[in-house]
Amino acid sequence: MIPVAFDYLKPSTVEEAVAALGASEDSKVLAGGQSLLPVLRLRLAAPALLVDLGGVPGLSGVRVDGDTLVIGAMTTHAEVASSDLVRRHAPLLAAAAATVGDRQVRHRGTLGGSLAHADPAADLPAVAAALDATYVVQGPAGRRSVAAADFAVDLFTTALAPDEVLVEVRLSIVDGWSTHYEKFHRMAQAWAIVGVAVAVSRSDGTISGARVALTNMGPVPHRAVEVEAALTGAPATAEAVAAACVSVSAGTSPVDDLTASADYRRDLARVLTGRAVCQALGI
Amino acid sequence: MSSSHRVRVSVDVDGSRYVDDVEPRTLLVHHLRERLGKIGTVIGCDTSNCGSCTVLMGSADGEQHSVKSCSVLAVQADGTAVTTIEGLAGPDGALHAVQQAFHELHALQCGFCTPGMILSAVDLLRENPAPTEAEIRAGLSGNLCRCTGYQNIIRAVQSAATALRGAAAAVLPSEVTV
Repeated sequence: MIPVAFDYLKPSTVEEAVAALGASEDSKVLAGGQSLLPVLRLRLAAPALLVDLGGVPGLSGVRVDGDTLVIGAMTTHAEVASSDLVRRHAPLLAAAAATVGDRQVRHRGTLGGSLAHADPAADLPAVAAALDATYVVQGPAGRRSVAAADFAVDLFTTALAPDEVLVEVRLSIVDGWSTHYEKFHRMAQAWAIVGVAVAVSRSDGTISGARVALTNMGPVPHRAVEVEAALTGAPATAEAVAAACVSVSAGTSPVDDLTASADYRRDLARVLTGRAVCQALGI
Repeated sequence: MSSSHRVRVSVDVDGSRYVDDVEPRTLLVHHLRERLGKIGTVIGCDTSNCGSCTVLMGSADGEQHSVKSCSVLAVQADGTAVTTIEGLAGPDGALHAVQQAFHELHALQCGFCTPGMILSAVDLLRENPAPTEAEIRAGLSGNLCRCTGYQNIIRAVQSAATALRGAAAAVLPSEVTV
């Protein structure tokens, strides 16, 4: 279908974008458009104004700032997945970005767009949660930082005010951790039924640290802190990992839908978390 | 501001520049087909799934990447260069190696998915000149063939990869000696 008519603005600075968003009562930010355009085409949304960030220089690219990896919000999934800096300092994010959609989608879709869209089945919000990312957002009063844990508020809802724009994502560089993103879906390019983002460190035969975040086990990414605690100090064996992952769905609220029941998702989360941790540990 | 305002869009398609005033809501695929007459680019699903409308798009002087032209607004293509299936053959009409391989190995049944399938394969081989079968299948996962003709498509992409590598190897020595 053809989208409902809208006004279109392509600002050349974030300040202009923020001003336009603030002046409109019904606007949407356009990043890569790989979630927004299907929504507009199906007429599930009909904003009066689209503010296209495609003309703002400096919003894409990857750099290292001291001990922090900084990724511009308009960096595409393909660029994130192939970036040497991301692969070296945040291999979990590079690996997960390579599983988003398909090649065509990854060429257009952006990291910031995916995080700001906040689809519960999207892969990258859980990865950002597992990596304790900091989101830098810009509004009329300037820039502020939001922790990943506070960014996702609810289904498709974030801490972004209507006149704020996500400009970059910052990740503390923690080299030496092993990571894996495990995604379960029925067919290529489908959404994750469940996804698990894992980062672990080991010291000799013992797991010395663990971060686990789940995709699509509730309206927002779920940090499985009980499992992280159970894994920490456990021996790096498949049996110990499996035992630690039993409670992974505690505190989650997965949906029942056509692709999977909530019970199935809970069991899947347990199995996939064990698999992801073992994969990351190389056992 | 009226919602029917038009925006000037300049886009290079298959080597020719087109400048038009378009409604912001116009999808690139509609712009290509209905304004520019590039009907080789087809619309299969209208839901971003099938990849039939795939074209290559990039900066005018840089690399082009595969995109689904139903999921790009024409206004987003302003200032870019686009290659459709109609611009893939050489100036003398010689088929691109991927087109030739699809032809020779009968990598199509009804042919509707073919333009997108070929452009996705071209994009994949640009990045990965020697893909494994698994990499070809993953690389083409954004393109659906409802005739289920995937086996011959895989064979054609493998054949085209070999042909392109041979062509590259044939060119290389003369470049070195120049």
